Amino acid sequence: MTELEFLKLSKPQKIGYQLLQFFAGLPGRLWGGLKKLGMFFVNLAVKLWDEIKDICLTFKDGDWKTRLSYVVMGFGSAARGQVFRGILFFLFQTVFNMYMIFFGGAYLAKFGTLGTVETTKVNRKTVYGDNSFLILLYGILTIFFIIAAIYTWRVNIKQNKVSEQILKSGKKLKGAKDDIAALADTQFHKTLLSLPMIGIFLFTIVPIIFMVLVAFTNYDYQHQSPAKLFTWVGLENFRTLLSPDSASYGNTFGQVLLWTLIWAFFATFLNYFLGMLVAIMINKKGIKLKKMWRTIFVMTIAIPQFVSLLYVSKMFAADGIINSLLMGWGWIKQPLPFWTNPRWAQVTVIIINIWIGIPYLMLIATGILMNIPADLYESARIDGANAIQTYSRITLPYMLFVTGPYLLTSFIGNINNFNVIFLLTQGKPDVLGNSAGSTDLLITWLYAMTVDNTNYKMAACIGIIVFVVCAVINLVVYNLIPSVKNEEDFQ
Amino acid sequence: MAREKAIPEVDIVVDEEKGVIREVKPVNYRSKSAHERRVNRGIYAILIIMSIIWLCPFVFLVLQSFRCESGGQVNYLIPKQFGFDNYIFLFKESNFPKWYLNTLSIAMVCAVVQTIITLSVSYTLSRMRFRGRKLIMKMILVLGMFPGFLTMICLYFLLKQLGLTQAGAIPGLILIYCASSGMGYYISKGFFDTIPKSLDESARIDGATRFQVFKKIIMPLSKPIVIYTILMAFMGPWGDYVFASYVAFGRNESYNVAVGLYDWVNTNDYQGYFTRFCAGGVLVAIPITALFLALQRYYVEGVTGGAVKG
Repeated sequence: MTELEFLKLSKPQKIGYQLLQFFAGLPGRLWGGLKKLGMFFVNLAVKLWDEIKDICLTFKDGDWKTRLSYVVMGFGSAARGQVFRGILFFLFQTVFNMYMIFFGGAYLAKFGTLGTVETTKVNRKTVYGDNSFLILLYGILTIFFIIAAIYTWRVNIKQNKVSEQILKSGKKLKGAKDDIAALADTQFHKTLLSLPMIGIFLFTIVPIIFMVLVAFTNYDYQHQSPAKLFTWVGLENFRTLLSPDSASYGNTFGQVLLWTLIWAFFATFLNYFLGMLVAIMINKKGIKLKKMWRTIFVMTIAIPQFVSLLYVSKMFAADGIINSLLMGWGWIKQPLPFWTNPRWAQVTVIIINIWIGIPYLMLIATGILMNIPADLYESARIDGANAIQTYSRITLPYMLFVTGPYLLTSFIGNINNFNVIFLLTQGKPDVLGNSAGSTDLLITWLYAMTVDNTNYKMAACIGIIVFVVCAVINLVVYNLIPSVKNEEDFQ
Repeated sequence: MAREKAIPEVDIVVDEEKGVIREVKPVNYRSKSAHERRVNRGIYAILIIMSIIWLCPFVFLVLQSFRCESGGQVNYLIPKQFGFDNYIFLFKESNFPKWYLNTLSIAMVCAVVQTIITLSVSYTLSRMRFRGRKLIMKMILVLGMFPGFLTMICLYFLLKQLGLTQAGAIPGLILIYCASSGMGYYISKGFFDTIPKSLDESARIDGATRFQVFKKIIMPLSKPIVIYTILMAFMGPWGDYVFASYVAFGRNESYNVAVGLYDWVNTNDYQGYFTRFCAGGVLVAIPITALFLALQRYYVEGVTGGAVKG
């Protein structure tokens, strides 16, 4: 199809065509991705080979200071006058050696089995055996530490080589003062990023790797460390989670996933359109007290959710104020089953979420609406367009284009919208089994598994699934919406 | 002026269906037509109804907090007996002041540390080009797709190893909140991206170091985003239930307000504690709401900027 033919299509046809193109191009893109991955590994191997060659050559060509640095890190630097750097290298080596000998080595050795010695009771005294949890955790840390050590060793060698060349050409080496001054200038990014990155590494990356690995173990209430051991079980947990037969999780998982997607859809798009509508109403010419209206709606953002949502959840309870008032006025005989009937609960949750969500959208839409050139509306009005036409031909396309990326993040955010569900229903009413309720999202189910059931292995599996769902949605949308693609690196 | 005069007194419109020429009143650009007035009246009606729905829960909350005759839910709105009983209970007989202080101290430390971390990460990623920059951004993007609570168990045991759970929950929570705050760099990076690079470059040519550029040029221009970041960092800890309850696990003195009040509502005896929860909620909501409304302008800037830029 040529560009011209494409432009002639109607809106739904265009979208359909793009979707078709996307799925038709999928195998090609997958193949391309695989090829890229293959090339990545080939490149990696080539680079690794180059590195090894360089390491050997440096040893061959270097002087005795350089050669000694292969065993005693930082010796070359110190001997050539860069005492500060030398000491840092040497300190690192010492710490690493001590760590491996007295601590990490033992944990790493047990990493393959996660411990074999059971904790037992001898004469009423507990004799602690292996602690699978710590073995897994410290095993991961040790592996990272070894990678860091190899990297530092390599840097140390490269430094020797560079220093030798600089000295040979008759120039002077940088002293400690220059090194420190560089941290505020050419190396300023290292100063700024080191602390945040350490934080992200220790408190995000390591725990995520840990939990991803837990999904491949049998860590649950029957295998709680330190009293009991747990061990690797391969893909067993995923089989339990996804297989539809038996008394397994497949059925529940399907229902929870479906509801999660339905919820995310409504929570995103209902709020989006209603919020936009409110913004348009407030921004309309001739409406007074604009600031007051905005402030009233913003109240729901300002007040901490656990106060407002907990209170609202009680308002809708069987003995809550809404049912009491309705019964007092004689409109109903029985309390409405807001939280006890699964369907009612689902609808109520979505409606209350509108209450929470409209204000955000109103703020965002207000900012964007003000940026739409006024002459567009002017000319539309002169051409005789009515309110609905101006909305669907000018406002909506503009909004959709500008907020495309926001819609995506908002959809992902709603898949992981823990607060609203947890504070309103805690996933109840409980009917699906496996501790999942009919309003449970994957994320609240994960929480229930962790806290109520201590079923860590299944929680970890669900976490990985949530990641996969989010990643797939991201990839598909990135490929479909042009404005998202262009804004990927928004500079 | 000339254009206004050019508008004719009477517009002549051809009604094609009837095939006659009709005279229509001219479009008046100054005063509203009857139709528009009707539309506006409708909008006012909708806005007023919505405002009532939006404010109702908060008004109810305040009313309930002053109710003295019973602690549970009742079937009328206006308390029969107004009084400060619930508030007195909060301060005299419960750990509420302790919870409040816990939350406040967490929020204050977070406001400082998180702001420093977030701003330095976003500034670096926006302004400097170095090896591994794209890698860091991609890594944070991928990490962000994992659900936050996945790592809860691991973090709990990690903190336990450091002795930062239960009794030490406050520093523990601060550590958790601050450690990963570098991942929320998007909005402030978007802001830094809008500051022209030529400013940096001219300063660099004049011999300023990168640190000086940051301090003397970027920071003074970034007041809105600094305030936004501080506001978000400060408000975050007030609403956190999940990590706070897990880390403080069962130790009443280490709760934050969210955990303490949540437990009141969701115990079996919540009927007795309902009005007390309302009173606590009011005390938490008032300062936060006041702060938020005072700094609303910066929040709006941050949110809209973030939404447009991704």
